[in-house]
Amino acid sequence: MSVLDIQRVSKRFGSLIAVQDVSLNVQKGELRAIIGPNGAGKTTFFNLISGFFAPTAGTIAFDGRDITSMPASQRVTLGMARTFQITEIFPELSVFENVRIGAEVAAGFRLRPWISRAEKTEVDRRVTDTLKLTGLESKADRRVGELAHGDQRAAEIAMALALQPHLLLLDEPTAGMGDEETYAITQLVRRLHRDSNFTIVLIEHDMRVVFHLADRITVLDQGKLLAEGTPAEIAANDAVQAAYLGKAA
Amino acid sequence: MSEPVKTSLSLKHLRALGSQYRGIALVAIWAVLLLAPYWMPPLGGYTALGTRVLVLGLAAMSVNFLLGFTGVLSFGHAAYFGLGAYGAGFALKFLAPSTPLSILCGMLLGGVIGAVLGALIVRRRGVYFAMVTIAFGQVFYYIAFQWSSVTGGDDGLRGFSRQPLDFGLFTIDILSNSNAFYYFVLFCFAIAVGVMGFILRSPLGRTMIAIRENERRARFLGIPVERHIWIAFTLSCFFIGFAGALYALVNNFADPRGLHYSQSGDFVMMAVMGGMRTFWGPLLGAAVFVVLQDYLSSVTINWMSFVGLLFVLVVLFFPRGLLGFIGTKREQ
Ligand SMILES: Nc1ncnc2c1ncn2[C@@H]1O[C@H](COP(=O)(O)OP(=O)(O)O)[C@@H](O)[C@H]1O
Ligand SMILES: [Mg+2]
Repeated sequence: MSVLDIQRVSKRFGSLIAVQDVSLNVQKGELRAIIGPNGAGKTTFFNLISGFFAPTAGTIAFDGRDITSMPASQRVTLGMARTFQITEIFPELSVFENVRIGAEVAAGFRLRPWISRAEKTEVDRRVTDTLKLTGLESKADRRVGELAHGDQRAAEIAMALALQPHLLLLDEPTAGMGDEETYAITQLVRRLHRDSNFTIVLIEHDMRVVFHLADRITVLDQGKLLAEGTPAEIAANDAVQAAYLGKAA
Repeated sequence: MSEPVKTSLSLKHLRALGSQYRGIALVAIWAVLLLAPYWMPPLGGYTALGTRVLVLGLAAMSVNFLLGFTGVLSFGHAAYFGLGAYGAGFALKFLAPSTPLSILCGMLLGGVIGAVLGALIVRRRGVYFAMVTIAFGQVFYYIAFQWSSVTGGDDGLRGFSRQPLDFGLFTIDILSNSNAFYYFVLFCFAIAVGVMGFILRSPLGRTMIAIRENERRARFLGIPVERHIWIAFTLSCFFIGFAGALYALVNNFADPRGLHYSQSGDFVMMAVMGGMRTFWGPLLGAAVFVVLQDYLSSVTINWMSFVGLLFVLVVLFFPRGLLGFIGTKREQ
């Protein structure tokens, strides 16, 4: 069953066509990587999927349901969570409080002006579980704004996970990280995929990470779909070599 | 790698100290408020001054419910404050001589109109939001000013007074007994502030803080930001309408100038001066404002310049406000 079914979406910014006629189909349990040079339109494509803005043309279906013009917050309610290329967190709040917001939204409490003791215990347990999963347990009481970059990235993933999504969109989770931090995040994404069976779409510039994790790879170039296939197929694709991998090497 | 353990232990320690300290602070605040009629006169104050502080403090806390906890600046909240006052006045004058009813009517008038107008402005942000709130606020100021046959125009709404509280078996005279009236207002204040604090510690309150901290992140955590800002706006209009109704009872009079945007500015100033990231800061700001106004206005007609000067000094030297400076960085 396809979790995401995107048909020929385009996005124009004035005269610039940032995404042009891109289709994408992601199956349940799949880990899809999206790669492409800077400015290829990867983040814009994510913004279309997550509802940051509506596409100029094309349709997006999530779990078989047309969500092309659905508000972003509602897509989250349906089970789609994302992180951002530039970390978006609640800097003044503790790690625990950051993650709790998503947990309470997932529990359907966002409009509730009260919370019972039992519900609070349940929410706290979920938050703690999420923190354990992302290795942030020992930093639960720290202000997120004062954490190291790598931990902030992990916290953002934890916030998304607390929503209990079944589709996770990660925009360059290893951006700006050293080798050690990159490895930690790679392991985390791998665990989420292999052990917890999340469907994940991952934008990533680090080819080691991509080829290590992805089931399939989609390559964008200048807003267009350049190639799609297994890591082996992509590695052997001449057009990709020319447009991207060649340049990177 | 043993260091993180150490830090988290000492942090826990600090947190425990912090919450203990907050508990003591809370007891102190309520003790000061409860005993005000006893300690104010020896210091040269009078009880009615304390009543004003409570009412204007509640108004400033209502503005801060939006400003400090949702991150949205309204520069037109005096409109809902004034509507609360007129609502209470109309109820006493035309409906029934009942103090509780008048408060209810005032609160409803401010809150319901706030809810309707709020729906029209929640898509705007920052300066644009502030500008539209001013514009809407001024509309009510001009209505109150011009429609004299109903509102009393420039003279304000007169010809009503707060009524004794009737409990069937006994009544409490809050009209001539200023201490009794103070405690009545304190009771109302405690209810409003209790509800406010309760909401801020709830999941709904946390979505407001999330919006303040990072609107984009909040939206992509599944919070429909506009709807939640509207809820926060509406709630704060109910709170300030409630304060406005009390203000009409304090003065036995509703003043069109209470709707003017300069009054909104005063509320914002109280909140910022007291500490807009703190729950109690706006009350402290209101106390400073009211006391200064009381002493200085008998000395000079330019008292407002002195308040303005103090405001500038506070903003320069205590950017977190008077209470934000003393208190911890984190709320809750
Ligand atoms: N909100 C926007 N308004 C105008 N242009 C944009 C906007 N977002 C992205 N772009 C442009 O679209 C192109 C693709 O950007 P982006 O999707 O961020 O690329 P990538 O994530 O692949 O590096 C770039 O030329 C960028 O400048
Ligand atoms: Mg990008």
